[in-house]
Amino acid sequence: MRIANMKNTVMLCAALTANAALAQDDMSHHGHGDHAAQMDSYPAGQGATSNLEHAPDSPDHVMDHEVLLTKVTFDQLEVRENDGGAVKGDLWFGSDRNKFWLKTEWERSEGETEKAELHALYSRAVSPYWDLQLGVRHDFETESDSRNWGVIGFNGLAPYFFEVDSALFVGEDGATALRLEAEYELLFTQQWILSPEIEADFFGQNDRDAGTGSGLSDIELGLRLRYEFTPQFAPYIGVHYEKKFGNAADFARDEGEHTSVTSWVIGLHAWF
Amino acid sequence: MTKTVKRKNGPQFELPQLTRRRFVTGMAAGAALLGMPAGLSASAPRAGAAPQTLRGNQFDLNIGYLPVNYTGRERTAVAVNGSVPGPILRWKEGQTVTLNVTNHLAHDTSIHWHGIILPSNMDGVPGLSFNGIRPGETFTYQFQLNQSGTYWYHSHSDFQEQQGLYGSIVIDPADADPVAYDRDYVVLLSDWSDESPHDIYAKLKKEGHYYNRRRRTAGDLWREVKAKGVAATWRDREMWNMMRMSDRDISDVTGYTYTFLMNGQTPDANWTALFRKGEKVRLRFINGAAMSIFDIRIPGLKMTVVATDGQNIEPVTVDEFRIGVAETYDVIVEPDGDSAYTLFAQTIDRSGFARGTLTSEPGLQAAVPPMDYAPVLTHRDMGMGHGAHAGMAGMGGMDHSQHDMGGMDHSQHDMSGVDHSQHDMSTVDHSQHDMGTVDHSQHDMGTVDHSQHQAGMQGYSLHGGRPELGGMQGVWFTSNLGRAGHGSNSPIVHLPSEYGYGVDMRSEMPMSGLHDPGIGLRDHGSRYGRRVLNYGDIRNLTPTIDRREPTRELQLHLTGNMERYMWSMDGIKFNDAEPLMLKFGERIRITLVNDTMMTHPIHLHGMWSELETGDAEYIPRKHTIIVQPGSQISYLVTADAYGRWAYHCHLLYHMPGMFREVRVV
Repeated sequence: MRIANMKNTVMLCAALTANAALAQDDMSHHGHGDHAAQMDSYPAGQGATSNLEHAPDSPDHVMDHEVLLTKVTFDQLEVRENDGGAVKGDLWFGSDRNKFWLKTEWERSEGETEKAELHALYSRAVSPYWDLQLGVRHDFETESDSRNWGVIGFNGLAPYFFEVDSALFVGEDGATALRLEAEYELLFTQQWILSPEIEADFFGQNDRDAGTGSGLSDIELGLRLRYEFTPQFAPYIGVHYEKKFGNAADFARDEGEHTSVTSWVIGLHAWF
Repeated sequence: MTKTVKRKNGPQFELPQLTRRRFVTGMAAGAALLGMPAGLSASAPRAGAAPQTLRGNQFDLNIGYLPVNYTGRERTAVAVNGSVPGPILRWKEGQTVTLNVTNHLAHDTSIHWHGIILPSNMDGVPGLSFNGIRPGETFTYQFQLNQSGTYWYHSHSDFQEQQGLYGSIVIDPADADPVAYDRDYVVLLSDWSDESPHDIYAKLKKEGHYYNRRRRTAGDLWREVKAKGVAATWRDREMWNMMRMSDRDISDVTGYTYTFLMNGQTPDANWTALFRKGEKVRLRFINGAAMSIFDIRIPGLKMTVVATDGQNIEPVTVDEFRIGVAETYDVIVEPDGDSAYTLFAQTIDRSGFARGTLTSEPGLQAAVPPMDYAPVLTHRDMGMGHGAHAGMAGMGGMDHSQHDMGGMDHSQHDMSGVDHSQHDMSTVDHSQHDMGTVDHSQHDMGTVDHSQHQAGMQGYSLHGGRPELGGMQGVWFTSNLGRAGHGSNSPIVHLPSEYGYGVDMRSEMPMSGLHDPGIGLRDHGSRYGRRVLNYGDIRNLTPTIDRREPTRELQLHLTGNMERYMWSMDGIKFNDAEPLMLKFGERIRITLVNDTMMTHPIHLHGMWSELETGDAEYIPRKHTIIVQPGSQISYLVTADAYGRWAYHCHLLYHMPGMFREVRVV
């Protein structure tokens, strides 16, 4: 059952990506494929030519640029104390106004997967600093049925340079959830950057299977110090703290689990 | 690397800090010239030499790949006749030149003759003048030269300008040159990156501040708090924090990736020019960079500026001047001793420099000066007017020009655009609602200030009184025409199209950019005793040719979103914009309002931009005009060239959006 669900989601994503790739082909108005074949007959075809790479979707006429780009970000790719770990990242593809986003969040603690989510979103720039994001979220559950949610959220940069990702989720069974995330970057130097982060989850109902409780269910706090070898490659160390509240805390206690945990982390922040 | 210099008056100035990658000053050997396409090697210039000069009126130019090595890593450039920069083309006024340009690349190419007045089908802009030159093809350009002076050429295709496809043009006058000199040199400045320009563009799109290595740190904040206290610091930072902008964002692409070249030579390779004692040397400075604005000086020598953008001007003697991308300045220097002088061209953000030597003896060189302090933007650069500076006083690292700018023309305080404009603006003509051609989507955006619709309707509309040209999308024609040569009197109007996701700021009270040498230069007079050129100093050498008053004024806003790295005019990107329509023969004023925090050099093809510097009798003619951040500037255009012309910001990575077609019908 679980595997079947996973497969469906993967297929969905594959389909969306394929569509996006088609769109990219459509956008390259000048059809440079035929030119590429000739590359080898020129001296620049061999050797150190990395500065000559020509993005397939960028036309030769600079003024026609409506560039479609892809960005892959690993915000957190880390190992945590107590046999834990986390992957948090996203991929977007598209233009200035319209983008397709995939977000993933995977967390493991004491050898068990605690969270495994994949969001597939259509993102539209609606104001200078904000994107409206609509789509679906799939939770891969290990101890109960996987579930799907509809997503509506805002992603962007708030005043005082807080990077904010907020979303409202509505589940198939009418369940509701709200997530607020904010991150800040404090530069000690151009390369040593401290990044505090907060994530809060609220739910409209109790869900003992998922371990979530009505109202404020849990908060995660992170503090990561990274060193940017380049802006795109930055290993970090940090500390991660999470705490469950209200009914969620009760469910955890019933299961004999801790309601809060603090762990050291080591990981990599990267994008390309 | 971070050092601060404490000055008597208190403010601290940060010296340029280049932490991870000190900008590469290059390989002393210069560009390697091995492995050139067959047939070109015979004419290969020596490594380390300036590009060869080609004379006459028939030219064969071959565009091909060229292995180069500026930084210790081998890369491939796009070159003309096997050199970067391409050969110097030396022409003669009055002659007709024929240029056979052959494309040996795997992609389309083109050459645009920057600043040359010619028929639009010879202008070399793919999509507007012609279809570009396909791989393996030869295109023949032919046009008559009706001007003289210093110009340049470059690709108008893709990002090839960044890859090396540029060179200089010198047109000797048909009659006696009004400028006396014993010898002349072209000094072509450019920026080189080992990265692909597409990678640079993609990085900027993904992270707008990628190349900014001067971002504010906790240490900066701490120093500010110590100097001013928490409350004052909070107030000073508030605007920037609310606007989500960095006051240290001066250049989009910096010495973090660039190596700056003078005539194709790195600073270490030290391009060298010779003179004999007592000679008048004419230096023809050309900024052929993709993204870098330079401040030029020659320590120990006064420079007499005799021409800009190829046009002779009344000589002005200065110690320093700023050259925007694509501008040219000719200066005369008269070194009186047997010694060496450094030609020093530091970038506007002080992240690096190009350098060469002027010497009476080969091998001799002078000290290379340290770069000046790196500028920080102020409220004024955000178009927030003078009022803001009270709250900014004493800010660490700020540019104090506001207090001591000697050259400032106070007449600007009288400009109607400053204050009362909001009340008596004769702005929106209701007749436009009847016009079929107006894009009504603009009216649906809900952001129009409807108070504008009330007072003083004076019959100005989106077609600016020329209904036969149709309505233009996202342009504004204003009613209150100032006299020719004296600039605009018009209120500042932000069109509804400026209120979209692609525009992150609007200058509410733009300053005049005329008497402003620009960020980072404003206090060089008081601080270093340097006389710095500003546009207000420039008067044409010969009287204005077209002495008519303008009949229309087009107000165009330069807009963008730094976070998304989007650029546009009036909030509309090139792809979405309709052409600007001009009537053949008309005299029009264009007022550019910079609603961004970047310095934009704006280039109009095919026609002169006659900069209104305050003297109607001697209006200087330029092809590229710098528009300072949060400022406005006006110039006159005589639409004397039929056809489709490009009109754009000459910063290469701004071009995809900040670009319009101008159509003269």
